[in-house]
Amino acid sequence: METIARADHVEVGYHARTVWTDATFDIGSGEFVAVIGPNGAGKTTLFKLLLGLLRPRGGRLELFGAPPRRGNPKIGYVPQTHTVDRDTNVQADQLVRLGYSGNRWTPPLTPSEWREEREASERALELVGATELGSRPLGALSGGELQRIFLAEALAGRPEILLLDEPLASLDLRRAEELVQVVSGLVRRQGVSTLLVAHDINPLIRYLDKVIYIANGRVATGLPRDVLTTERLTALYGVRVEVLHDSRANLVIVGGEDSHQDVVA
Amino acid sequence: MSGYGWVWWNWNIIADLRVMLQYTFIQSAFEAGTIIAILAGVVSYLVVLRRSSFAAHALGHVGFSGAAGAVVFAVAPIWGLLLFTTVSGTGIAVLGRRAANRDVEIGTVLAFMLGLGLLFLAFYRGYATEAYSILFGDIVGISPSQVWFTLYASLPVFVALLLVYRQLLFASLDEEVAEAKGMHTLVLGIIFMLALAVAISIAVTVIGVLLIFALTVTPAAIAVRLAQRPLYAVLISVLVALAATWAGIFIAFYEVEPTSFFIVTIVFAIYLVVRLMPGLGPAVQQARAAQSVRGSATGGPRTTSAPLASEPETP
Repeated sequence: METIARADHVEVGYHARTVWTDATFDIGSGEFVAVIGPNGAGKTTLFKLLLGLLRPRGGRLELFGAPPRRGNPKIGYVPQTHTVDRDTNVQADQLVRLGYSGNRWTPPLTPSEWREEREASERALELVGATELGSRPLGALSGGELQRIFLAEALAGRPEILLLDEPLASLDLRRAEELVQVVSGLVRRQGVSTLLVAHDINPLIRYLDKVIYIANGRVATGLPRDVLTTERLTALYGVRVEVLHDSRANLVIVGGEDSHQDVVA
Repeated sequence: MSGYGWVWWNWNIIADLRVMLQYTFIQSAFEAGTIIAILAGVVSYLVVLRRSSFAAHALGHVGFSGAAGAVVFAVAPIWGLLLFTTVSGTGIAVLGRRAANRDVEIGTVLAFMLGLGLLFLAFYRGYATEAYSILFGDIVGISPSQVWFTLYASLPVFVALLLVYRQLLFASLDEEVAEAKGMHTLVLGIIFMLALAVAISIAVTVIGVLLIFALTVTPAAIAVRLAQRPLYAVLISVLVALAATWAGIFIAFYEVEPTSFFIVTIVFAIYLVVRLMPGLGPAVQQARAAQSVRGSATGGPRTTSAPLASEPETP
Protein backbone atom coordinates (compact mmCIF):
# COMPACT_ATOMS: atom_id res chain seq x y z
CA MET A 1 0.00 0.00 0.00
CA GLU A 2 1.22 3.41 -0.96
CA THR A 3 1.86 5.88 1.86
CA ILE A 4 0.32 9.28 1.15
CA ALA A 5 1.04 11.07 4.42
CA ARG A 6 3.90 10.56 6.79
CA ALA A 7 4.66 12.31 10.06
CA ASP A 8 8.01 11.85 11.71
CA HIS A 9 8.37 13.28 15.23
CA VAL A 10 6.24 16.29 14.30
CA GLU A 11 5.80 19.05 16.85
CA VAL A 12 3.24 21.80 16.49
CA GLY A 13 2.16 24.92 18.36
CA TYR A 14 0.82 28.44 18.17
CA HIS A 15 3.14 31.18 19.42
CA ALA A 16 4.27 30.18 22.90
CA ARG A 17 1.84 27.29 23.28
CA THR A 18 2.85 23.83 22.22
CA VAL A 19 -0.18 21.82 21.12
CA TRP A 20 1.42 18.44 20.74
CA THR A 21 4.83 16.90 20.20
CA ASP A 22 6.45 13.78 18.85
CA ALA A 23 3.74 12.67 16.46
CA THR A 24 4.80 9.78 14.28
CA PHE A 25 2.33 8.08 11.99
CA ASP A 26 1.64 7.32 8.40
CA ILE A 27 -1.53 7.15 6.38
CA GLY A 28 -1.83 4.78 3.49
CA SER A 29 -3.73 5.22 0.30
CA GLY A 30 -7.36 4.19 0.75
CA GLU A 31 -7.30 4.15 4.54
CA PHE A 32 -10.15 5.32 6.75
CA VAL A 33 -8.61 7.00 9.77
CA ALA A 34 -10.39 8.52 12.76
CA VAL A 35 -8.77 11.38 14.63
CA ILE A 36 -10.04 11.22 18.19
CA GLY A 37 -9.33 13.18 21.34
CA PRO A 38 -10.77 15.64 23.85
CA ASN A 39 -11.66 19.25 23.01
CA GLY A 40 -8.75 21.54 22.40
CA ALA A 41 -6.29 18.65 22.08
CA GLY A 42 -5.23 19.73 18.61
CA LYS A 43 -7.27 17.59 16.22
CA THR A 44 -8.11 20.55 13.96
CA THR A 45 -4.48 21.61 14.27
CA LEU A 46 -3.46 18.36 12.57
CA PHE A 47 -5.73 19.31 9.65
CA LYS A 48 -4.21 22.79 9.49
CA LEU A 49 -0.80 21.17 9.14
CA LEU A 50 -1.95 18.90 6.34
CA LEU A 51 -3.70 21.81 4.60
CA GLY A 52 -0.50 23.82 4.71
CA LEU A 53 -2.15 26.57 6.80
CA LEU A 54 0.32 25.96 9.63
CA ARG A 55 3.94 24.85 9.61
CA PRO A 56 5.25 22.20 11.98
CA ARG A 57 7.71 23.46 14.57
CA GLY A 58 9.81 20.38 14.43
CA GLY A 59 10.00 16.99 12.82
CA ARG A 60 9.08 16.15 9.31
CA LEU A 61 5.65 16.05 7.71
CA GLU A 62 5.05 14.90 4.18
CA LEU A 63 1.90 14.69 2.12
CA PHE A 64 2.15 13.04 -1.29
CA GLY A 65 5.91 12.97 -0.85
CA ALA A 66 6.35 16.69 -0.22
CA PRO A 67 5.77 19.18 2.61
CA PRO A 68 2.08 20.16 2.69
CA ARG A 69 1.19 23.24 0.69
CA ARG A 70 -1.87 25.45 0.76
CA GLY A 71 -4.33 24.93 -2.06
CA ASN A 72 -3.33 21.36 -2.88
CA PRO A 73 -6.10 20.13 -5.20
CA LYS A 74 -5.55 16.56 -4.02
CA ILE A 75 -7.15 17.48 -0.69
CA GLY A 76 -10.89 17.68 -0.12
CA TYR A 77 -11.68 19.54 3.09
CA VAL A 78 -14.86 19.85 5.12
CA PRO A 79 -14.30 22.31 7.98
CA GLN A 80 -16.17 22.19 11.25
CA THR A 81 -17.71 25.63 10.86
CA HIS A 82 -19.52 26.90 7.81
CA THR A 83 -20.82 30.21 6.58
CA VAL A 84 -24.02 28.59 5.33
CA ASP A 85 -26.97 29.10 7.64
CA ARG A 86 -30.76 28.87 7.68
CA ASP A 87 -31.10 32.04 5.59
CA THR A 88 -28.83 30.90 2.77
CA ASN A 89 -31.33 30.59 -0.04
CA VAL A 90 -28.88 29.17 -2.56
CA GLN A 91 -29.44 25.91 -4.36
CA ALA A 92 -27.23 23.16 -2.91
CA ASP A 93 -25.69 22.09 -6.23
CA GLN A 94 -24.37 25.63 -6.69
CA LEU A 95 -22.10 25.08 -3.68
CA VAL A 96 -20.98 21.72 -5.05
CA ARG A 97 -20.17 23.40 -8.37
CA LEU A 98 -18.13 26.02 -6.53
CA GLY A 99 -16.30 23.14 -4.87
CA TYR A 100 -15.32 22.04 -8.34
CA SER A 101 -14.38 25.38 -9.89
CA GLY A 102 -15.00 28.15 -7.34
CA ASN A 103 -11.30 28.96 -7.16
CA ARG A 104 -11.21 29.82 -10.85
CA TRP A 105 -11.49 33.40 -11.99
CA THR A 106 -14.37 32.99 -14.36
CA PRO A 107 -17.57 30.99 -14.36
CA PRO A 108 -17.73 28.28 -17.04
CA LEU A 109 -17.85 30.15 -20.32
CA THR A 110 -17.97 27.50 -23.02
CA PRO A 111 -20.65 24.79 -23.24
CA SER A 112 -18.04 22.09 -22.65
CA GLU A 113 -16.75 23.81 -19.50
CA TRP A 114 -20.30 24.19 -18.30
CA ARG A 115 -21.05 20.53 -18.97
CA GLU A 116 -17.87 19.49 -17.18
CA GLU A 117 -18.85 21.45 -14.12
CA ARG A 118 -22.39 20.08 -14.12
CA GLU A 119 -21.13 16.52 -14.50
CA ALA A 120 -18.60 16.95 -11.70
CA SER A 121 -21.37 18.25 -9.45
CA GLU A 122 -23.79 15.47 -10.40
CA ARG A 123 -21.15 12.82 -9.87
CA ALA A 124 -20.20 14.20 -6.45
CA LEU A 125 -23.83 14.40 -5.36
CA GLU A 126 -24.42 10.85 -6.54
CA LEU A 127 -21.38 9.57 -4.63
CA VAL A 128 -22.85 10.84 -1.35
CA GLY A 129 -26.39 9.77 -2.22
CA ALA A 130 -27.65 13.34 -2.39
CA THR A 131 -28.76 13.63 -6.00
CA GLU A 132 -32.24 14.72 -4.98
CA LEU A 133 -30.87 17.36 -2.58
CA GLY A 134 -29.05 19.25 -5.32
CA SER A 135 -32.00 21.38 -6.30
CA ARG A 136 -32.98 22.33 -2.74
CA PRO A 137 -31.85 25.52 -1.02
CA LEU A 138 -28.99 25.09 1.45
CA GLY A 139 -30.92 26.82 4.21
CA ALA A 140 -33.67 24.21 4.00
CA LEU A 141 -31.42 21.19 4.55
CA SER A 142 -31.10 19.30 7.82
CA GLY A 143 -27.75 18.85 9.54
CA GLY A 144 -27.16 15.43 8.02
CA GLU A 145 -28.20 16.57 4.55
CA LEU A 146 -25.90 19.59 4.79
CA GLN A 147 -22.97 17.38 5.73
CA ARG A 148 -23.56 15.34 2.59
CA ILE A 149 -23.57 18.48 0.49
CA PHE A 150 -20.31 19.65 2.10
CA LEU A 151 -18.90 16.21 1.42
CA ALA A 152 -20.00 16.47 -2.22
CA GLU A 153 -18.46 19.96 -2.39
CA ALA A 154 -15.16 18.48 -1.17
CA LEU A 155 -15.43 15.55 -3.58
CA ALA A 156 -16.22 17.61 -6.66
CA GLY A 157 -12.54 18.29 -7.34
CA ARG A 158 -11.77 14.53 -7.20
CA PRO A 159 -9.44 14.65 -4.20
CA GLU A 160 -7.21 11.76 -3.17
CA ILE A 161 -7.57 12.50 0.52
CA LEU A 162 -10.55 13.81 2.48
CA LEU A 163 -10.16 15.78 5.69
CA LEU A 164 -13.47 15.86 7.55
CA ASP A 165 -13.59 17.97 10.71
CA GLU A 166 -16.32 16.86 13.12
CA PRO A 167 -18.91 16.03 10.45
CA LEU A 168 -20.87 14.03 13.03
CA ALA A 169 -20.91 16.74 15.69
CA SER A 170 -24.50 17.89 15.41
CA LEU A 171 -26.05 14.65 14.18
CA ASP A 172 -28.15 12.19 16.12
CA LEU A 173 -26.97 8.58 16.23
CA ARG A 174 -28.94 7.43 13.20
CA ARG A 175 -27.82 10.31 10.96
CA ALA A 176 -24.25 9.88 12.19
CA GLU A 177 -24.36 6.20 11.30
CA GLU A 178 -25.74 7.01 7.83
CA LEU A 179 -23.04 9.58 7.16
CA VAL A 180 -20.30 7.21 8.31
CA GLN A 181 -21.63 4.61 5.89
CA VAL A 182 -21.49 7.14 3.06
CA VAL A 183 -17.90 8.06 3.95
CA SER A 184 -16.91 4.44 4.37
CA GLY A 185 -18.38 3.69 0.94
CA LEU A 186 -16.24 6.46 -0.55
CA VAL A 187 -13.12 5.02 1.06
CA ARG A 188 -13.83 1.45 -0.04
CA ARG A 189 -15.26 2.03 -3.51
CA GLN A 190 -13.49 5.20 -4.63
CA GLY A 191 -10.26 4.57 -2.78
CA VAL A 192 -10.27 8.05 -1.24
CA SER A 193 -8.19 8.12 1.91
CA THR A 194 -10.11 9.79 4.72
CA LEU A 195 -9.21 11.43 8.00
CA LEU A 196 -12.27 12.09 10.10
CA VAL A 197 -12.18 14.10 13.32
CA ALA A 198 -14.74 12.92 15.85
CA HIS A 199 -15.28 13.02 19.57
CA ASP A 200 -17.31 9.83 19.57
CA ILE A 201 -15.64 6.73 18.22
CA ASN A 202 -18.65 4.43 18.36
CA PRO A 203 -20.40 5.20 15.05
CA LEU A 204 -17.02 4.76 13.34
CA ILE A 205 -15.41 1.83 15.05
CA ARG A 206 -16.53 -0.90 12.66
CA TYR A 207 -15.31 0.91 9.56
CA LEU A 208 -11.91 2.18 10.65
CA ASP A 209 -8.48 1.11 9.51
CA LYS A 210 -6.58 3.26 11.96
CA VAL A 211 -7.03 5.64 14.85
CA ILE A 212 -4.99 8.73 15.58
CA TYR A 213 -5.55 9.59 19.21
CA ILE A 214 -4.55 13.08 20.31
CA ALA A 215 -4.58 13.95 24.00
CA ASN A 216 -2.43 15.53 26.64
CA GLY A 217 0.06 16.95 24.15
CA ARG A 218 0.75 13.55 22.67
CA VAL A 219 -0.35 11.63 19.63
CA ALA A 220 -0.90 7.89 19.59
CA THR A 221 -1.69 5.90 16.52
CA GLY A 222 -2.52 2.36 15.61
CA LEU A 223 -5.31 -0.08 15.01
CA PRO A 224 -8.50 0.78 16.87
CA ARG A 225 -8.27 -2.33 19.06
CA ASP A 226 -4.70 -1.49 20.00
CA VAL A 227 -5.19 2.21 20.73
CA LEU A 228 -8.57 2.08 22.36
CA THR A 229 -7.57 0.14 25.43
CA THR A 230 -7.85 1.01 29.08
CA GLU A 231 -4.06 1.17 29.42
CA ARG A 232 -3.30 3.33 26.38
CA LEU A 233 -6.09 5.81 27.02
CA THR A 234 -5.33 6.09 30.71
CA ALA A 235 -1.73 6.86 29.84
CA LEU A 236 -2.76 9.42 27.21
CA TYR A 237 -5.25 11.27 29.35
CA GLY A 238 -3.30 11.10 32.55
CA VAL A 239 -6.48 10.09 34.32
CA ARG A 240 -8.16 6.74 34.84
CA VAL A 241 -10.13 5.83 31.72
CA GLU A 242 -11.87 2.52 31.17
CA VAL A 243 -12.78 0.97 27.85
CA LEU A 244 -15.73 -1.42 27.96
CA HIS A 245 -17.05 -3.56 25.13
CA ASP A 246 -20.70 -4.42 24.65
CA SER A 247 -22.11 -7.38 22.79
CA ARG A 248 -22.23 -5.49 19.44
CA ALA A 249 -18.56 -4.51 19.58
CA ASN A 250 -19.51 -0.99 20.66
CA LEU A 251 -16.99 0.71 22.87
CA VAL A 252 -17.87 2.61 25.96
CA ILE A 253 -15.14 4.88 27.15
CA VAL A 254 -15.62 5.88 30.75
CA GLY A 255 -13.54 8.53 32.42
CA GLY A 256 -13.70 11.03 35.27
CA GLU A 257 -16.16 13.89 34.71
CA ASP A 258 -13.54 16.47 35.52
CA SER A 259 -10.84 14.77 33.55
CA HIS A 260 -10.23 17.86 31.44
CA GLN A 261 -8.55 19.45 34.42
CA ASP A 262 -6.03 16.68 34.51
CA VAL A 263 -5.57 16.61 30.77
CA VAL A 264 -3.93 20.03 30.66
CA ALA A 265 -0.23 19.40 30.27
CA MET B 1 -35.39 68.10 -4.45
CA SER B 2 -38.23 67.94 -6.83
CA GLY B 3 -41.55 69.39 -7.74
CA TYR B 4 -42.08 70.13 -11.39
CA GLY B 5 -45.82 70.38 -11.19
CA TRP B 6 -46.13 72.48 -14.27
CA VAL B 7 -46.27 69.46 -16.59
CA TRP B 8 -49.26 67.12 -16.63
CA TRP B 9 -49.01 63.41 -16.44
CA ASN B 10 -51.10 62.06 -19.29
CA TRP B 11 -50.62 58.29 -18.85
CA ASN B 12 -48.88 57.97 -22.19
CA ILE B 13 -45.50 56.86 -20.93
CA ILE B 14 -43.68 57.23 -24.25
CA ALA B 15 -44.98 60.76 -24.73
CA ASP B 16 -44.27 61.54 -21.09
CA LEU B 17 -40.69 60.34 -21.45
CA ARG B 18 -40.24 62.36 -24.60
CA VAL B 19 -41.32 65.50 -22.80
CA MET B 20 -39.21 64.64 -19.78
CA LEU B 21 -36.02 63.88 -21.66
CA GLN B 22 -36.04 67.33 -23.20
CA TYR B 23 -34.77 68.48 -19.83
CA THR B 24 -31.05 67.93 -19.36
CA PHE B 25 -31.38 67.35 -15.61
CA ILE B 26 -33.85 64.52 -16.19
CA GLN B 27 -31.59 62.99 -18.83
CA SER B 28 -28.69 63.13 -16.40
CA ALA B 29 -30.84 61.70 -13.63
CA PHE B 30 -31.82 58.71 -15.78
CA GLU B 31 -28.24 58.13 -16.91
CA ALA B 32 -26.69 58.34 -13.46
CA GLY B 33 -29.59 56.43 -11.92
CA THR B 34 -29.09 53.59 -14.40
CA ILE B 35 -25.37 53.24 -13.73
CA ILE B 36 -25.86 53.42 -9.98
CA ALA B 37 -28.79 50.99 -9.92
CA ILE B 38 -26.83 48.36 -11.88
CA LEU B 39 -23.79 48.66 -9.63
CA ALA B 40 -25.84 48.74 -6.43
CA GLY B 41 -27.89 45.76 -7.61
CA VAL B 42 -24.79 43.65 -8.26
CA VAL B 43 -23.03 44.63 -5.05
CA SER B 44 -26.15 44.18 -2.93
CA TYR B 45 -26.32 40.47 -3.70
CA LEU B 46 -22.88 40.04 -2.17
CA VAL B 47 -23.89 42.24 0.76
CA VAL B 48 -26.81 39.94 1.54
CA LEU B 49 -24.83 36.76 0.91
CA ARG B 50 -21.97 37.90 3.16
CA ARG B 51 -24.35 39.24 5.82
CA SER B 52 -22.64 42.60 5.49
CA SER B 53 -25.71 44.83 5.61
CA PHE B 54 -24.50 46.46 8.78
CA ALA B 55 -21.26 47.30 7.00
CA ALA B 56 -23.29 48.84 4.16
CA HIS B 57 -25.25 50.88 6.66
CA ALA B 58 -22.08 51.96 8.45
CA LEU B 59 -20.26 52.92 5.25
CA GLY B 60 -23.17 55.19 4.31
CA HIS B 61 -22.90 57.03 7.61
CA VAL B 62 -19.13 57.20 7.45
CA GLY B 63 -19.60 58.61 3.98
CA PHE B 64 -21.71 61.38 5.43
CA SER B 65 -18.79 62.49 7.60
CA GLY B 66 -16.54 62.36 4.56
CA ALA B 67 -18.95 64.44 2.50
CA ALA B 68 -19.38 66.97 5.31
CA GLY B 69 -15.61 67.21 5.64
CA ALA B 70 -15.20 67.75 1.90
CA VAL B 71 -17.75 70.57 1.98
CA VAL B 72 -15.86 72.25 4.82
CA PHE B 73 -12.67 72.10 2.77
CA ALA B 74 -14.54 73.35 -0.32
CA VAL B 75 -14.08 70.09 -2.21
CA ALA B 76 -16.89 68.24 -4.03
CA PRO B 77 -18.66 65.96 -1.49
CA ILE B 78 -18.08 62.85 -3.64
CA TRP B 79 -14.32 62.97 -2.90
CA GLY B 80 -14.93 63.00 0.82
CA LEU B 81 -17.42 60.18 0.40
CA LEU B 82 -15.01 58.06 -1.62
CA LEU B 83 -12.08 58.71 0.71
CA PHE B 84 -13.94 57.93 3.92
CA THR B 85 -15.85 54.91 2.64
CA THR B 86 -12.87 53.23 0.95
CA VAL B 87 -10.59 53.73 3.97
CA SER B 88 -13.24 52.52 6.42
CA GLY B 89 -14.26 49.68 4.12
CA THR B 90 -10.68 48.43 3.94
CA GLY B 91 -10.43 48.77 7.71
CA ILE B 92 -13.58 46.74 8.24
CA ALA B 93 -12.36 44.04 5.85
CA VAL B 94 -8.99 43.75 7.58
CA LEU B 95 -10.22 43.98 11.18
CA GLY B 96 -13.22 41.72 11.12
CA ARG B 97 -12.37 38.68 9.07
CA ARG B 98 -14.97 36.50 10.68
CA ALA B 99 -18.57 37.51 10.20
CA ALA B 100 -19.42 36.89 13.83
CA ASN B 101 -17.37 39.72 15.31
CA ARG B 102 -17.76 42.26 12.57
CA ASP B 103 -20.58 44.35 13.99
CA VAL B 104 -18.73 45.34 17.15
CA GLU B 105 -15.71 46.54 15.21
CA ILE B 106 -17.79 48.32 12.61
CA GLY B 107 -19.89 50.00 15.29
CA THR B 108 -16.75 51.20 17.04
CA VAL B 109 -15.35 52.79 13.90
CA LEU B 110 -18.77 54.14 12.97
CA ALA B 111 -19.28 56.03 16.24
CA PHE B 112 -15.91 57.75 15.85
CA MET B 113 -16.58 58.63 12.23
CA LEU B 114 -19.98 60.11 12.99
CA GLY B 115 -18.32 62.19 15.69
CA LEU B 116 -16.00 63.57 13.01
CA GLY B 117 -19.01 64.32 10.82
CA LEU B 118 -20.58 66.29 13.64
CA LEU B 119 -17.38 68.29 14.02
CA PHE B 120 -17.33 69.09 10.30
CA LEU B 121 -20.97 70.18 10.44
CA ALA B 122 -20.11 72.52 13.31
CA PHE B 123 -17.44 74.14 11.12
CA TYR B 124 -19.74 74.36 8.15
CA ARG B 125 -21.33 77.75 7.53
CA GLY B 126 -22.93 77.21 4.13
CA TYR B 127 -26.43 76.28 3.02
CA ALA B 128 -28.27 73.46 4.72
CA THR B 129 -29.28 72.18 1.28
CA GLU B 130 -25.87 70.63 0.77
CA ALA B 131 -26.09 68.55 3.95
CA TYR B 132 -29.71 67.74 3.18
CA SER B 133 -28.88 66.36 -0.27
CA ILE B 134 -26.12 64.18 1.19
CA LEU B 135 -28.50 62.81 3.78
CA PHE B 136 -31.43 62.16 1.46
CA GLY B 137 -30.02 62.25 -2.06
CA ASP B 138 -30.70 64.57 -4.95
CA ILE B 139 -30.63 62.76 -8.25
CA VAL B 140 -32.34 65.48 -10.24
CA GLY B 141 -29.60 67.83 -9.08
CA ILE B 142 -26.97 65.78 -10.94
CA SER B 143 -25.00 67.57 -13.67
CA PRO B 144 -23.82 65.91 -16.91
CA SER B 145 -20.22 66.05 -15.67
CA GLN B 146 -21.30 64.18 -12.53
CA VAL B 147 -22.83 61.52 -14.76
CA TRP B 148 -19.44 61.05 -16.42
CA PHE B 149 -17.80 60.89 -13.02
CA THR B 150 -20.30 58.22 -11.94
CA LEU B 151 -19.47 56.20 -15.03
CA TYR B 152 -15.71 56.50 -14.56
CA ALA B 153 -15.96 55.57 -10.88
CA SER B 154 -18.17 52.55 -11.64
CA LEU B 155 -16.25 51.08 -14.55
CA PRO B 156 -13.20 49.87 -12.61
CA VAL B 157 -15.50 48.45 -9.95
CA PHE B 158 -17.49 46.54 -12.58
CA VAL B 159 -14.29 45.17 -14.08
CA ALA B 160 -12.89 44.17 -10.68
CA LEU B 161 -16.16 42.51 -9.67
CA LEU B 162 -16.39 40.66 -12.96
CA LEU B 163 -12.89 39.30 -12.41
CA VAL B 164 -13.37 38.10 -8.84
CA TYR B 165 -17.11 37.51 -8.71
CA ARG B 166 -16.90 33.73 -8.74
CA GLN B 167 -14.14 33.56 -6.17
CA LEU B 168 -15.97 36.11 -4.07
CA LEU B 169 -19.12 34.03 -4.32
CA PHE B 170 -17.24 30.95 -3.13
CA ALA B 171 -15.44 32.81 -0.34
CA SER B 172 -18.78 34.28 0.77
CA LEU B 173 -20.51 30.90 0.87
CA ASP B 174 -17.69 28.82 2.34
CA GLU B 175 -14.82 30.94 3.59
CA GLU B 176 -12.82 28.21 5.31
CA VAL B 177 -12.81 25.89 2.33
CA ALA B 178 -11.90 28.79 0.06
CA GLU B 179 -8.98 29.59 2.32
CA ALA B 180 -7.83 25.98 2.41
CA LYS B 181 -7.97 25.94 -1.37
CA GLY B 182 -5.34 28.65 -1.37
CA MET B 183 -7.67 31.50 -2.27
CA HIS B 184 -6.84 34.89 -0.84
CA THR B 185 -9.96 35.47 1.20
CA LEU B 186 -8.59 38.62 2.85
CA VAL B 187 -7.83 40.22 -0.53
CA LEU B 188 -11.26 39.16 -1.79
CA GLY B 189 -12.85 40.68 1.31
CA ILE B 190 -11.03 43.95 0.71
CA ILE B 191 -12.06 44.03 -2.95
CA PHE B 192 -15.66 43.46 -1.90
CA MET B 193 -15.49 46.27 0.65
CA LEU B 194 -13.92 48.65 -1.88
CA ALA B 195 -16.65 47.82 -4.40
CA LEU B 196 -19.24 48.43 -1.71
CA ALA B 197 -17.56 51.71 -0.76
CA VAL B 198 -17.67 53.02 -4.33
CA ALA B 199 -21.22 51.77 -4.87
CA ILE B 200 -22.34 53.54 -1.71
CA SER B 201 -20.46 56.74 -2.47
CA ILE B 202 -22.09 57.16 -5.84
CA ALA B 203 -25.47 55.84 -4.67
CA VAL B 204 -25.52 58.59 -2.05
CA THR B 205 -26.07 61.09 -4.86
CA VAL B 206 -29.29 59.27 -5.74
CA ILE B 207 -30.72 58.27 -2.45
CA GLY B 208 -28.64 59.79 0.34
CA VAL B 209 -26.80 58.15 3.20
CA LEU B 210 -29.87 57.63 5.34
CA LEU B 211 -31.74 55.73 2.65
CA ILE B 212 -28.76 53.80 1.30
CA PHE B 213 -30.24 50.47 2.38
CA ALA B 214 -32.94 50.80 -0.28
CA LEU B 215 -30.39 50.39 -3.08
CA THR B 216 -27.54 48.43 -1.49
CA VAL B 217 -29.42 45.83 0.54
CA THR B 218 -33.14 45.60 -0.21
CA PRO B 219 -32.89 44.72 -3.95
CA ALA B 220 -30.89 41.60 -3.11
CA ALA B 221 -33.07 40.87 -0.09
CA ILE B 222 -35.92 40.71 -2.60
CA ALA B 223 -33.88 38.73 -5.12
CA VAL B 224 -32.76 35.96 -2.74
CA ARG B 225 -36.39 35.20 -1.98
CA LEU B 226 -37.11 34.75 -5.66
CA ALA B 227 -34.03 32.98 -7.00
CA GLN B 228 -31.73 30.29 -5.67
CA ARG B 229 -29.09 30.61 -8.34
CA PRO B 230 -26.58 33.41 -7.82
CA LEU B 231 -26.75 34.55 -11.44
CA TYR B 232 -30.54 34.90 -11.44
CA ALA B 233 -30.49 36.54 -8.02
CA VAL B 234 -28.02 39.17 -9.25
CA LEU B 235 -30.15 39.82 -12.32
CA ILE B 236 -33.33 40.24 -10.27
CA SER B 237 -31.50 42.46 -7.82
CA VAL B 238 -30.33 44.72 -10.65
CA LEU B 239 -33.81 44.78 -12.20
CA VAL B 240 -35.41 45.80 -8.91
CA ALA B 241 -32.88 48.58 -8.37
CA LEU B 242 -33.33 49.77 -11.95
CA ALA B 243 -37.11 49.65 -11.88
CA ALA B 244 -37.30 51.56 -8.61
CA THR B 245 -34.82 54.21 -9.72
CA TRP B 246 -36.44 54.77 -13.11
CA ALA B 247 -39.97 54.79 -11.74
CA GLY B 248 -38.88 57.06 -8.90
CA ILE B 249 -37.42 59.65 -11.28
CA PHE B 250 -40.44 59.33 -13.56
CA ILE B 251 -42.99 59.92 -10.81
CA ALA B 252 -40.95 62.64 -9.14
CA PHE B 253 -41.08 64.62 -12.39
CA TYR B 254 -44.78 65.16 -11.82
CA GLU B 255 -45.00 65.24 -8.05
CA VAL B 256 -43.62 67.64 -5.50
CA GLU B 257 -42.24 64.95 -3.18
CA PRO B 258 -38.54 64.11 -3.40
CA THR B 259 -37.32 61.39 -5.80
CA SER B 260 -35.63 59.45 -2.99
CA PHE B 261 -38.97 59.01 -1.30
CA PHE B 262 -40.46 57.37 -4.39
CA ILE B 263 -37.45 55.10 -4.95
CA VAL B 264 -37.45 53.93 -1.35
CA THR B 265 -41.22 53.43 -1.38
CA ILE B 266 -41.16 51.39 -4.59
CA VAL B 267 -38.37 49.15 -3.32
CA PHE B 268 -40.20 48.70 -0.04
CA ALA B 269 -43.47 47.91 -1.80
CA ILE B 270 -41.78 45.20 -3.88
CA TYR B 271 -40.16 43.85 -0.74
CA LEU B 272 -43.54 43.69 1.03
CA VAL B 273 -45.18 41.92 -1.89
CA VAL B 274 -42.39 39.36 -2.04
CA ARG B 275 -42.44 38.83 1.72
CA LEU B 276 -46.18 38.50 2.00
CA MET B 277 -46.90 36.56 -1.17
CA PRO B 278 -47.48 32.91 -0.26
CA GLY B 279 -45.38 30.46 -2.20
CA LEU B 280 -42.36 32.74 -2.54
CA GLY B 281 -39.18 31.71 -0.82
CA PRO B 282 -41.04 29.29 1.41
CA ALA B 283 -38.77 26.29 0.97
CA VAL B 284 -36.44 27.45 3.68
CA GLN B 285 -39.23 28.24 6.10
CA GLN B 286 -41.13 25.01 5.53
CA ALA B 287 -38.00 23.02 6.13
CA ARG B 288 -37.36 25.10 9.24
CA ALA B 289 -40.77 24.20 10.61
CA ALA B 290 -40.16 20.55 9.86
CA GLN B 291 -36.79 20.77 11.48
CA SER B 292 -38.02 22.15 14.77
CA VAL B 293 -40.11 18.99 15.02
CA ARG B 294 -37.23 16.80 13.97
CA GLY B 295 -34.90 18.70 16.26
CA SER B 296 -36.34 16.91 19.27
CA ALA B 297 -34.81 13.73 17.93
CA THR B 298 -31.28 15.12 18.06
CA GLY B 299 -29.24 15.15 21.19
CA GLY B 300 -30.31 11.57 21.72
CA PRO B 301 -28.42 9.19 23.93
CA ARG B 302 -24.72 8.87 23.39
CA THR B 303 -22.85 5.83 24.49
CA THR B 304 -19.71 7.77 25.10
CA SER B 305 -19.28 9.75 28.25
CA ALA B 306 -16.53 12.09 29.35
CA PRO B 307 -13.67 12.54 28.63
CA LEU B 308 -14.91 12.38 25.06
CA ALA B 309 -17.11 15.40 25.69
CA SER B 310 -19.35 16.63 22.93
CA GLU B 311 -18.64 20.31 22.55
CA PRO B 312 -17.14 21.49 19.27
CA GLU B 313 -13.45 22.02 19.40
CA THR B 314 -11.85 25.40 19.01
CA PRO B 315 -8.24 25.24 18.00
